[in-house]
Amino acid sequence: MAYFLQQLINGLTLGSIFGLIAIGYTMVYGIIGMVNFAHGDIFMIGGFVTLIAFMVLGLSGITWVPLALLLMLVIAMAFTALHGWAVERLAYRPLRSSGRLAPLISAIGMSIFLQNYVQIMQGARNKAVGQPLISGGITVMESDGFTVQLGYMQIVIVVLTVVLMVGFTLLITGTALGRNQRACEQDMRMARLLGVDVDRTISLTFVMGAALAAVAGMVWLLYYGIIDFYVGFLAGIKAFSAAVLGGIGSLPGAMLGGLLIGLIEVFWSAYFSAEYKDVAAFAVLVLALVFRPTGLLGKPEIEKV
Amino acid sequence: MVAVAQQTAARPAMSLPAMVKDAAIFAAVAFTLALPLLGFRIQDKGSTSFIETRFGDLFYAVLVLFIAKLLMSLINAGLARPIALVTGVLSLGWIVVALVNPVAPQYQVHTWFTWLVVASVAIRAWVVWRAEATAARGVVAGVIGGQDSHGTQIGHLVARLGRQLGPVFFLIALVMPFYAYFADDKRLVDLGVLIFTYIMLGWGLNVVVGLAGLLDLGYVAFYAVGAYTYAVFSVKLGLNFWETLPVAGLMAASFGVLLGFPVLRLRGDYLAIVTLGFGEIIRIILLNWAELAGGAQGIGGIPRPSFFGLQFAPSAPEGQTTFAQFFNLDYSPFHRQMWLYYIILLLALITNWFTLRVRKLPIGRAWEALREDETACRALGINPTNTKLTAFAIGAMFGGFAGSFFATRQGFISPESFNFLESAIILAIVVLGGMGSQIGVVIATIVLIGGPEWFRDLELYRMLAFGGLMVLIMIWRPQGLLAHREPTITMNGGRAGARAK
Repeated sequence: MAYFLQQLINGLTLGSIFGLIAIGYTMVYGIIGMVNFAHGDIFMIGGFVTLIAFMVLGLSGITWVPLALLLMLVIAMAFTALHGWAVERLAYRPLRSSGRLAPLISAIGMSIFLQNYVQIMQGARNKAVGQPLISGGITVMESDGFTVQLGYMQIVIVVLTVVLMVGFTLLITGTALGRNQRACEQDMRMARLLGVDVDRTISLTFVMGAALAAVAGMVWLLYYGIIDFYVGFLAGIKAFSAAVLGGIGSLPGAMLGGLLIGLIEVFWSAYFSAEYKDVAAFAVLVLALVFRPTGLLGKPEIEKV
Repeated sequence: MVAVAQQTAARPAMSLPAMVKDAAIFAAVAFTLALPLLGFRIQDKGSTSFIETRFGDLFYAVLVLFIAKLLMSLINAGLARPIALVTGVLSLGWIVVALVNPVAPQYQVHTWFTWLVVASVAIRAWVVWRAEATAARGVVAGVIGGQDSHGTQIGHLVARLGRQLGPVFFLIALVMPFYAYFADDKRLVDLGVLIFTYIMLGWGLNVVVGLAGLLDLGYVAFYAVGAYTYAVFSVKLGLNFWETLPVAGLMAASFGVLLGFPVLRLRGDYLAIVTLGFGEIIRIILLNWAELAGGAQGIGGIPRPSFFGLQFAPSAPEGQTTFAQFFNLDYSPFHRQMWLYYIILLLALITNWFTLRVRKLPIGRAWEALREDETACRALGINPTNTKLTAFAIGAMFGGFAGSFFATRQGFISPESFNFLESAIILAIVVLGGMGSQIGVVIATIVLIGGPEWFRDLELYRMLAFGGLMVLIMIWRPQGLLAHREPTITMNGGRAGARAK
C-alpha cells in the first residue's frame, strides 16, 4: 500500500510535466492541424534557459528561494516563448497552405536543428544543477519500513500545474484572445472574414504553448536536477501520446492524458520493468489510436466527401 | 520568380530611417533570441559548473544580421543590381580564398556564419534583380503559382533527362570504384556505398510513402529487423549473406504486416506517430534483449561477404583461397569495399526495377489511387486492407535487404544505429525528392547525405546543417524537388487553393 501510494505521488508529478507539454501539442494541432515536432525541443530549451537563469541569478546574489523561483519562471517563459514564436515564423508559416506533409518534414528538420544548436552552444554532456533548490518533504505514512515521501518539490510542481491550468482555461474561455483562437480552430477562413487576425492568433498559440513547455522544462530540471540536449525527444513523444490519448484539440484532455501517461509509466516501471517503461508509453499510444482514435475527451472527426 | 516581382511591386518603398528602424527591430529580436543560449555557456570543471559569457560572439552575430536586414530592405528599394554584384563577388571570392588558403580554425565559425549570411543576401538580391529585369521586359506570366509551374517544368525536364541520362549515370556508377581504385581514394568508395544504401532505403520507403501515401516514421525498424536477422543467422547458425538475404527480407516483411494491421484505420499524422512509436519499441526491445540481440553491446564479428566463396582477407585458412590469391592480385582492403559497393548497387537497382514494374501492375495502380483518395478507392472496389498491407510488406522487405547489407558492411551492429534520426533522414529523402519520384530520391540523397558528408571536418555542424536544409528545402519547394507526379487537381486541396487565390 505504502509502495503504491509513493508511486501514485511520483506518477502524478511526472504526469503534470507531461500534461504541461501536451497542451502545446494539442493547441497547435487544434488550430492548424499539424504535429509540432519541435515542441519537445522547445521544452528542452526551456530547461536550459532555466539552468542558465539559475546560474546567473546565483552569481548576482539572489538566493531567496521564492524570488529566485519566480524570476527563473518568468525568464524561462519569456525566452522560450520567443523561441516558439520564431520557430513558427520561420519554419511553419511559409508552409501553411501546402498540405500536411511539408510542415511535418519542416518540423522534424527544426527539431534536429534545435537539438544540434543547443548541443553546439552548450556542449553534449549532461548539465546538472549543483544543489537542489527545494529539498525535503513531508512523510505521509510509514509501514513495513517503507516511508512514503511527498517532496516539497513535488508539491510545488503539482500546485504550479494546477494554477497554470486554471489560469489557462480562463484565458481560453474568457478573453478575446481565447475567443479568436477558438474561432480559428473552427473555421480559419470564416474567422479571417470576420476580422480575426489569424496570423497573430496562430503566433500567440505557439507562444503560449512554448511558455507552458518552458514551465515544464524548468520543473523537469528542478525535479531531476539534470538536463541534456536530447531530453526533448522522448518527453515530447510521450507528451504527444498524452495529447492523443486525451483527445487531440482538447485542453482538459491533454492534462488528463498527461496524468495517465505519467501514471502508466511510473507504475509500469515500479511493478513490471524499468527497461521497458518507454515501450509502455508507446503501447498506450498505439492502443488508444486503434480503439479510440478520438481520444478520451476528443470530438469525433467527421469526414465529409 | 513572378511571385517575387509581385511582392516587390506590392510593397511600398521604405524610407531610409524606416529601413534602419526595421533592421534594428530585427536585430533586437535576434539578440533576445540568441542571448540565453549563445550569450551564456555552462561549463563544467570536474564536479562544479560555472557560467561563461560569449557576448563578443553574440554582438558580432547580431551586427551581421542587422546589416543583412538593412541590405534586404535596400534590395527591395531598387538597389538589387549593385547589391547582387557586390555580395555575389564577395561570397564567391571568399570560396576561392578559402580553397587556396584555409582559414584558421578559431575563426572558422565566424567566417562561415558571415559567408552564409552574405550568400543569402546575394541570392535574394539576384532573384529580385532577375524578376525586375523580366518585369521591365514586359513579360506577363501566369497569375497563380508561377513558381510552381516553373518547378513542374524542371520536373518534366529532369524526368526526360533521367530517362536518357539514366544509362549514363548507371555507367558512371559502374566504373566509379575503378576510378577510385586507381586514384587510391578509399573515401570515395565508402561514400558511394553510403549513398547507395540511402538510395535503396529511400526507394524502399518510396513504395510506402510515395506510392501508397502511408506516412511512415518508423522505417528504420525494418532496417533493424533485416540487420539483426542477418547478424543472428550468420553468427549463430553460420549461414552466409546470400542465404540469409531472403530470410531477412521475409522477416522484415512480416514485421511490416505486423505494423500494418493496427494502423489500417489511421491516416496522416496519427499514422506517422504510431509508426514512430513502433520504431522506438523495436529499438528498445533490441536494447534490452541480451540473449539474442546482445543488448546495448549489439552483435559483433558478423561475417563479411565473400566473393562467390572467396574471402577478402590478407591470408586464408588452409584449404581456402582468398580473392587476391585467386586472381593473382596483391591483397588490398579496397577489393572488399568495391565488392560491397557492387552488392549495394545491385540491390538498389533491383529495388528500383521492382518499383518501376509494380507501378504498372494493378497493385501499383491501387497504391497510387489509395494515396489520392481512400474513400473513392473503396467505392471502386479496391480492398484498402490488402493494398495497404502489401505496401507495408514490400516496403519493409526492401528495408530488410538494406539492413542485411548494413550488417555485413559494418561487421558490427547495435541498437544505436537504428534510432529515430535514421527514420527521419530516410523520410526526408523521400519527401524532399518529391514523393513517388525515383530520380528525386537519388538527387535528394546526394544533396542530403553527400553534401553534409563533404563537410566531415565540421562534424558538429553537420546535423545542424542537415536540419536547416530540411526546413529550407521544404520552404523553397513544399512539393519536393521533383514533384511531377503530384496530382494537379485535388478535392481536399480546396481550402489551400482557395486561400492562394
